[in-house]
Amino acid sequence: MTEFVYLYRGYELPASPEEMQQKTAKWMIWLKELSDNGHLKSLGDPLQPGGKVIKGAKKQVIDGPYAEAKDVVGGYSIIVAKDIEQAVGFSLGCPIFEDGGSVEVRPIGQ
Amino acid sequence: MDMEEHFFRHEFGRIVATLTRLFGVDNFALAEDVTQDAFCRAMETWKLRGLPKNPSAWLMTTAKNRALDILRRERTARVSEPELARFLESEWTLVPTVEEAFSTYAVNDSQLRMMFSCCHPRLSEEAQIALILHILCGFSVKEIAQAFVSSHAAIEKRITRAKKVLAESTKLFDLADADFTARLSSVLQALYLLFNEGYHGASPEAAVRMELCEEAMWLMNLLIKQPALVTPQSYALAALMYFNAARLPTRLDDAGNLVSFFEQDRSLWNHNFIAEGQALLNLSSSGTALTKYHMEAAIASMHTSAAKSEDTDWKQIVSLYDMLMAIHPSPVIALNRAIAIAQVDGPEMGLQKIGVIHDLHRLSSYPFYPATLGELELRRGNYHVAKERFCTALSLARNPMERNFLQRRIDTCRER
Repeated sequence: MTEFVYLYRGYELPASPEEMQQKTAKWMIWLKELSDNGHLKSLGDPLQPGGKVIKGAKKQVIDGPYAEAKDVVGGYSIIVAKDIEQAVGFSLGCPIFEDGGSVEVRPIGQ
Repeated sequence: MDMEEHFFRHEFGRIVATLTRLFGVDNFALAEDVTQDAFCRAMETWKLRGLPKNPSAWLMTTAKNRALDILRRERTARVSEPELARFLESEWTLVPTVEEAFSTYAVNDSQLRMMFSCCHPRLSEEAQIALILHILCGFSVKEIAQAFVSSHAAIEKRITRAKKVLAESTKLFDLADADFTARLSSVLQALYLLFNEGYHGASPEAAVRMELCEEAMWLMNLLIKQPALVTPQSYALAALMYFNAARLPTRLDDAGNLVSFFEQDRSLWNHNFIAEGQALLNLSSSGTALTKYHMEAAIASMHTSAAKSEDTDWKQIVSLYDMLMAIHPSPVIALNRAIAIAQVDGPEMGLQKIGVIHDLHRLSSYPFYPATLGELELRRGNYHVAKERFCTALSLARNPMERNFLQRRIDTCRER
């Protein structure tokens, strides 16, 4: 078994409280299923929008992380799967795809 | 891990009202932004970490901290409510004042004051209802447009305009104000219309309409749970809502078609709601006031207390309609009274009573006026005339449900 991180990137926020509630519930159901099947190592954390990026030899500090909302990582989870194919398979149920977002699946270095 | 149904919606109204009380009504847009932001954070956090132990407190704390940030940064520049402004000026009093605004008592109070503010006399009833749904029930413009079968642009315009009127005041409506009684009437009328929109409205989606009834009842319950504000007429309107809501599940069949009142399966009525309605109706009789809500609730109770359609005490219903006509005459009520009379004295008498309705021309675009004529003609065997009446009604039908219903009545006449 290998550990993978799911990086959740950019998506449209629902416009109304009712839609937000439904969306929140969908995420919770999806992650619960992964957890019930023993494939979730950590629920992970949300990352707040905004922040700073420090780069270069001059250690320049800029407002970040990226200009494009769709590239911003909004959170992550850590899952356990047999291999990358299975890890990708599990990600397909993620509600983020309904709202134009993406999941980046990365094996964690061992 | 389950959230209560419509939890986000209802918490939205509580928080936005509380922030509006703090920032002043003319800063409503800021209150909305801060509320929206708190909900986005809740969603982002909860979807990954699961629900906190007390979701409501989590949201309140997030909104409160954000409000404190803003007030520290901008102080009185942001606060226009005179009584509050001086407490928010110094750090010494800022925190306790904000804490106090977020106490359960104050939140409930702000929510009710917001409800009264939304029913501003300069706003049309449609605008008042849209504003209540938008602010207190967290409906988006899209959701309101769907519920009222209206265009997005039209609702957006209505709400933008209504918010402008709202923002002309600095304070939320004061419940101790001399205008309280008059404003309460407007609030009750708005909730009555909101419920009716769900009950009789034009949206072909039963779920959408059920929601409007539920929201009206939710708001009504806020009002009657405040001992200092509750009046007999509020109890009467609440009773009416419970009686009608009890019958809601049987108004449409499985295919979404309207079911005639006489053919509804009474075993499917919600008997808890009927009992609740009866308890509220009893409470409503404490004063001397007799309002249209009292009479309509009493009529609804006559219907719900009859185990079978044939057991209905139509004589009593006719006399209740007489009283309703005396305090609140309208052609629609006169039409319903004629239907009750037809049940007692036969279809000829019903038709005769319809013929003498005052202001009958006001019913000229109401499909259930010719449909009632058709129904009574059908009952006395004039199938041909009945069919013509139903055809007229069909040409006035406002939505697919009404059209299907009337088409089936026409088919019934043809089969004879």
